[in-house]
Amino acid sequence: MNTKQDYNQDLAEIRSMMERSSKFLSLSGLSGVLAGLYALTGAYIAYYIYDFDPASANSSGVETEIILLALLVLVLAVGSAVLLSYKKAHKKGERVWNSASKRLLSIVGIPLSAGAVFSLILFYSGSIGLIPSVTLIFYGIALYSAGRLTFNELSVLGLLQIALGLNAAYFIEHSLLLWALGFGVAHTIYGIYIHIRHER
Amino acid sequence: MKVSVNDLHKAFENRTRLGIMSALAVNDTLDFNSLKELLDVTDGNLASHIKTLEKEDFIGVKKSFIDNKPNTKYHITQKGKTAFEKHLNVLEAIIKSQK
Repeated sequence: MNTKQDYNQDLAEIRSMMERSSKFLSLSGLSGVLAGLYALTGAYIAYYIYDFDPASANSSGVETEIILLALLVLVLAVGSAVLLSYKKAHKKGERVWNSASKRLLSIVGIPLSAGAVFSLILFYSGSIGLIPSVTLIFYGIALYSAGRLTFNELSVLGLLQIALGLNAAYFIEHSLLLWALGFGVAHTIYGIYIHIRHER
Repeated sequence: MKVSVNDLHKAFENRTRLGIMSALAVNDTLDFNSLKELLDVTDGNLASHIKTLEKEDFIGVKKSFIDNKPNTKYHITQKGKTAFEKHLNVLEAIIKSQK
């Protein structure tokens, strides 16, 4: 004969299985902090060392350096996220490559690819001033949908990036600063929050 | 509502089968290996529980090939969904009535 505790246990396991099988909760918060710091460093180098100004980038002649810098920031951020999430999953005895993470990748993959291609088109057509805005908006859309498949807080971060991106399109002269706010400051704060809330 | 343990479906008495149903309730499809990892059970064990649920017509199977390797995907049927939801409601009611 089953006891009340058994039924409670049943319900608890059903709940946990539903969450574990549909959400990727190994996404590392610390990697969010790192990504934010890389972005801030990148924006700092772009602004103070290369004297990069998106509003008049056509004439500055440092586009190649800026693109390489941006790619370096991207590779470092993605690399840290994969590595730290792998470690976190390993610690919890879970696999990184499971049905939830596959779904997560396909959901963020589409808007991010579209944003990347759009940014390239802007780059080659000389509308460099809009690139910070476009990267923020498409990244925000990706995060907004991703929130359903991992920590819900990611959706809030997504909305914030979209808002910053729209502002960056209007105030092009401040777009690098807004980009640094979104990819740098917001990421760092989000990462710290996730770390405190879910990882300790 | 008067509920008794007799209202609980026998197919869900087993934790592994309950786990399979929970996972399939929130995923469109899952393949054999994903289920195996989630539930942490052996191949034979999982296969036999899947068979039981299939016999009840609670889950369905779709077999296909990816790179010449067989790939079996499972999904929950409408009948399975209804039965699972009813099971959850009964569980809740029993817990409430015993409080």
